[in-house]
Amino acid sequence: MTVDALPYTDFYKAKKGIWSWLFTLDHKRIALLYLYAIISFFLVGATLGILMRLELFQPGKDIIEPQTYNQIFTLHGVIMIFLFIIPSIPAIFGNFLLPLILGTDDVAFPKLNLLSFYLYVLGALFALSTLIFGDGPADTGWTFYAPYSVKTGTNVTMSVLAAFILGFSSILTGLNFIVTIHRLRTPGMGFNQMPLFSWALYATSWIQVLATPVIGITLLMIVAERVFGIGLFDPSIGGDPILYQHLFWIYSHPAVYIMALPAMGVVSEIIPTFAQRTIFGYKAIAYSSMAIAFIGYFVWGHHMFTSGMSGPAAIIFSILTFLVAIPTSIKVFNWLATLYKGSIVIDTPLLYALAFIFNFLIGGLTGLLLGALAADVHVHDTYFVVGHFHYVMFGGTGFAFFGALHYWFPKIWGRMYNKKVANTAFAIFLIGFNILYFPMLILGIMGMPRRYYDYLPEFTSLNQISTVGSWITVTGIILMLINLIVAARKGEKAPDNPWNGITLEWQTKSPPPLENFDKMPQIPEGGPYNFPNAYKHKH
Amino acid sequence: MDHTFHLPNSGHNFDAKSSKLGMWLFLYTELLLFGGLFLVYMVYRELNSEAFLLASFKLNVWMGTFNTVLLITSSMTIAMSITALQKGNKKLSVNLMWLTIIAALGFLVVKYFEWGAKFEHGLVPGMEHYDTLPMGERLYFYLYFFMTGLHGLHVIIGAIFILFVIRGVNKGTVTPERYSLSENAGLYWHLVDLVWIYLFPLFYLIH
Repeated sequence: MTVDALPYTDFYKAKKGIWSWLFTLDHKRIALLYLYAIISFFLVGATLGILMRLELFQPGKDIIEPQTYNQIFTLHGVIMIFLFIIPSIPAIFGNFLLPLILGTDDVAFPKLNLLSFYLYVLGALFALSTLIFGDGPADTGWTFYAPYSVKTGTNVTMSVLAAFILGFSSILTGLNFIVTIHRLRTPGMGFNQMPLFSWALYATSWIQVLATPVIGITLLMIVAERVFGIGLFDPSIGGDPILYQHLFWIYSHPAVYIMALPAMGVVSEIIPTFAQRTIFGYKAIAYSSMAIAFIGYFVWGHHMFTSGMSGPAAIIFSILTFLVAIPTSIKVFNWLATLYKGSIVIDTPLLYALAFIFNFLIGGLTGLLLGALAADVHVHDTYFVVGHFHYVMFGGTGFAFFGALHYWFPKIWGRMYNKKVANTAFAIFLIGFNILYFPMLILGIMGMPRRYYDYLPEFTSLNQISTVGSWITVTGIILMLINLIVAARKGEKAPDNPWNGITLEWQTKSPPPLENFDKMPQIPEGGPYNFPNAYKHKH
Repeated sequence: MDHTFHLPNSGHNFDAKSSKLGMWLFLYTELLLFGGLFLVYMVYRELNSEAFLLASFKLNVWMGTFNTVLLITSSMTIAMSITALQKGNKKLSVNLMWLTIIAALGFLVVKYFEWGAKFEHGLVPGMEHYDTLPMGERLYFYLYFFMTGLHGLHVIIGAIFILFVIRGVNKGTVTPERYSLSENAGLYWHLVDLVWIYLFPLFYLIH
């Protein structure tokens, strides 16, 4: 692809001044606002994680009090889940790229999109306000289980309201994307000609719209219970704490797929581009996203196998949990089949995509162990669970998020990063990540409970390995971010299509003009990933 | 470079189908919001059926019935106002919307007296008498206030929504050709009505 020498105004220069950012209706600018906010909260959450690992370096008190520790792991969970992982890929890359890959100039409701962003900001302020006001941040864990969440003196009300507001932000983003996908595809692009990232966002959006309200009302009930001193979930006044757990997981399990599906969508974009080959099993990947979203609704009970549940119910939830593995593995096999006999170019985004598959495999398979009734009873609420969901969320979605950042970086900023540094940072990050979390799986099997401030001496060495891993991980992440920040400011100019991608976002300029396209985008003939001929990179 | 190029499928175009689809999606979220409460109601009704029955006798069925009739009628007037607008009769449409708002206010006034009576009898969570009630009745009144309160909030939001449509019709942004805002307000109002259609038997009628 040649770099178009004709001058044009990109969306950064199209309007000027701080207000043109704060009140922008442009999906690209809103995406960048999200990006800066979300990365900041990721760094806050990561710092809290580092603090926890430091405290766990050896048994007994190291640096913080037990109560502080409880508050830190709660805040870490709330920030990482509600402020980082759930909005990360949809709100940043979904916002920036969905209109581009569909060949349109914005989402269906630009004003609603801005409202979503400000709800996100408001929710974030509520979450962080607990640091300053009231009796400190919640110490309940991010799940806010009743009756403790009703009785604790810490500022649960604000944290819960934060989650409620962030839920609204998430619902409105999902609603916006569904309508965008239905109504704004470029003429001639049917559902089955959409890039797979939009399929993933489509499935995600449905979960956001249909699951989030349930947690909204549940959290409102917790607030009412705390504020008015009346209760639905506190057993001392006839309430049922198990009912709270059901209501909570009716949302929060599907929410796991809000976090995972967009990541799978990113991987489905990166792999065909770097294999320069059409995706294997387009429809299988597209529909498996919908299948995961659908089955994902009916598996919430597997969080409660030890909470008190009838035998038949537990068996049904267990079987349904295993069913989710089928569409997930369909995706993995299709990605691998896409790579097979492809003209593979190993570049940073592909490395992240491959790391996603590797980490997600560990996360997914340990998930099956947790979904099995007999095994779950032993490892429930141990470090095994912590290891498992960090492999899925951080090792999976987190790596896909940074993969997406490296893949679309030249499109967003119009510049290219230093690939050597990017690859080095990736290697440090991946190695550190595995040193950080793999010991947790072993600790869990050995019986170390999660959320404990202290542990028995025999767990010391594995905990120390894990803590050292956290330092390596954070080194990798900092190196990666510095590399990207330098590149965004001073990197060399990137061509419009540096990876020889074929989806529509690569047909426009880098960075795109305000209206995204200055001529009609052309849909590739014979499917969204139909590469006309294998292409040789020039490096 | 052609700077006058515009995509035919622009997100900044007005698209009636988009706004209607968006409204339906929003209504799904509303249904699920109340769905969570209905689920809680179902569980506690099952666990405390005696107490729920006794507590339900403390509600005023006549006031509830009056409000039900009021809301169903208002659903009719809002539907008529949309048809009137589509047929070009703006004045009739606006009048019918005002009628809907009057019905909404009437509903809230009746609700005020109903709730007021509960306060007098000390049936409100947090009051002294409430704390002496059996567990099941306490749950009943907690749910009663939570659910009808949330519904009342929706009545207010719905009425404000209709006010915006009236303003739109008067300003000429909502017209017989471009009536999706009025349709959306109607959809929302029907949801408010529909939720009440379920709340009424659940709290007042089931024996």
